Amino acid sequence: MPTTFLRDARLKRQALFDVLFRNLTRVSAFAVLALLAAVIASLITGSMPAIHAFGFGFLTSSEWDPVNDQFGALIPIVGTLVTSSIALLIAIPVSFGIALFLTELSPRILRRPFGIAIELLAGIPSIIYGMWGLFVFAPLFADHIEPWINDHIGTMPYLGPFFSGPPMGIGILTAGIILAIMVIPFISSVMRDVFDVVPTLLKESAYGLGATTWEVMWNVVLPYTKVGVAGGIMLGLGRALGETMAVTFVIGNAHEISKSLLMPGNSISSALANEFNEAVGDIYTASLIELGLILFFITFVVLSIARYMLYKLGQREGKAA
Amino acid sequence: MTPMVNLYTRRRIINAAGLIISVLAMAFGLFWLCWILWTLLENGLPALAPAVFTHMTPPPGSTGGLLNAIAGSLMMTLVGTLIGTPIGILAGTYLAEFGHRGWLAPITRFINDVLLSAPSIVIGLFVYEIYVIHVRHFSGWAGALALSIIVIPIVIRTTENMLRLVPTTLREAAAALGAPQWKIVNFVTLRAARAGIITGVMLAIARISGETAPLLFTALNNQFWNSDMDKPMANLPVVIFQFAMSPYEDWQHLAWAGALLITLSVLTLNILARVLFRQSATTH
Repeated sequence: MPTTFLRDARLKRQALFDVLFRNLTRVSAFAVLALLAAVIASLITGSMPAIHAFGFGFLTSSEWDPVNDQFGALIPIVGTLVTSSIALLIAIPVSFGIALFLTELSPRILRRPFGIAIELLAGIPSIIYGMWGLFVFAPLFADHIEPWINDHIGTMPYLGPFFSGPPMGIGILTAGIILAIMVIPFISSVMRDVFDVVPTLLKESAYGLGATTWEVMWNVVLPYTKVGVAGGIMLGLGRALGETMAVTFVIGNAHEISKSLLMPGNSISSALANEFNEAVGDIYTASLIELGLILFFITFVVLSIARYMLYKLGQREGKAA
Repeated sequence: MTPMVNLYTRRRIINAAGLIISVLAMAFGLFWLCWILWTLLENGLPALAPAVFTHMTPPPGSTGGLLNAIAGSLMMTLVGTLIGTPIGILAGTYLAEFGHRGWLAPITRFINDVLLSAPSIVIGLFVYEIYVIHVRHFSGWAGALALSIIVIPIVIRTTENMLRLVPTTLREAAAALGAPQWKIVNFVTLRAARAGIITGVMLAIARISGETAPLLFTALNNQFWNSDMDKPMANLPVVIFQFAMSPYEDWQHLAWAGALLITLSVLTLNILARVLFRQSATTH
């Protein structure tokens, strides 16, 4: 009799441990949700003074006047969107090329080293990109590339006004180019991963019909993976939108709106990095926090779309298998 | 006959052009990597004197080193990792082992993937709002807290992925021997996935040791030696930012030295993590 009691007690203790452990992990998982809620809540509370003072006008006003406490987010928002768009325009074709190279062209032995090299590009801290951009890239850009842009593209009709201006090296275009280099590894690694899920049978049937490598990529692989590719691009966009240090070094930090991409501008993250610690007064601080809230909102939406698309590809993959 | 030939030639030309562009794209990517690394070596190596490791950050115009910044970075990275890793592993375990039913697991997975790429400067703002404002001063703790928030999603993702690679038969074997679930998870599956999880933690350390934006509003900077986590704390990324943006040449030299140090350690960690994971993957 006593032994069964003992065994019961032991079993009960193990069952109790089970419940405790399961709930410990559950609480940790819940902490992630709580974290997100806390981030949103704290940003909203922090920006309340600015929301009360400016309302929706904050989004459309281009004024940024710390002396008179007048703030609007238009210039940083436009700067963020324009630099990220430039980055994507450059990064999408290059990433596609890299993914194509890594999945179809590269000799099998070199595939891994090349893949790691591109991933290392993502490992370099963003402040290094910023320093390199400011001290090495921007001077070269100002001396050799911007004069050429001014002479050749700057004189074109329609396109001209966007590409003419003093060759300063730093500005919206420089920031966009450096962002492109930074997001290439993210987009290309997603593209490579989704290209790898295409069934070999499908590709080989196309090759068997006499298709060239390019035709297989363009007409078979790309249509099959288009949702995942779009997801990867959105992921890169999310990265580009929130990137701070690299942009802060090279964008010029000017609260002005200018048609020319060669002129200095500002982005949400660089405005925060430059001004937050020096901001005096409730309204100034709150306006900067509201900028942070807007940035978080935009990246949240973009990244959610990205994840949704990648999940959809994953689901189809599951059904096919 | 001719249209046929034309079609074939055209297809072959398009194919060749596409493939050449693809090779060029690869070269384009490698080109930037080499250029940036070259710049770092060129500017960083001459500045990397022994004094960098033995002296404090100097006022402009005098010589000095980065000792306090290196120490501060190490401390905050360590504390950040120590806070973030257990939470990450536990939550990752929930997603892989317990979250088969219900709403919590899918939503957490989704939110976690979004947080994985959330802008780090917003994390800095968040810690400023919930911590720095209330204690009224910048501190090493705040910096470590911000870094730990970046660690958590990375560790969750790798833990879940690695646990999913552990074959179900292993769990079933342990269950058949009568092991309770908490023992199965702790002593069988987590142990089997150990190498992968360590890789994830290493990648997380690599990521936070270069982060600047979340430290700007939390740890700030400190010109002097400080081992008190409750005071503003020097750290390499913010020192590099401040020194590189300054007009003083001494400071800029030190910034290059720091940049080289950070990049080398981050890249070494990255490569090490991959090699380690590959080795354990082949031995299993």
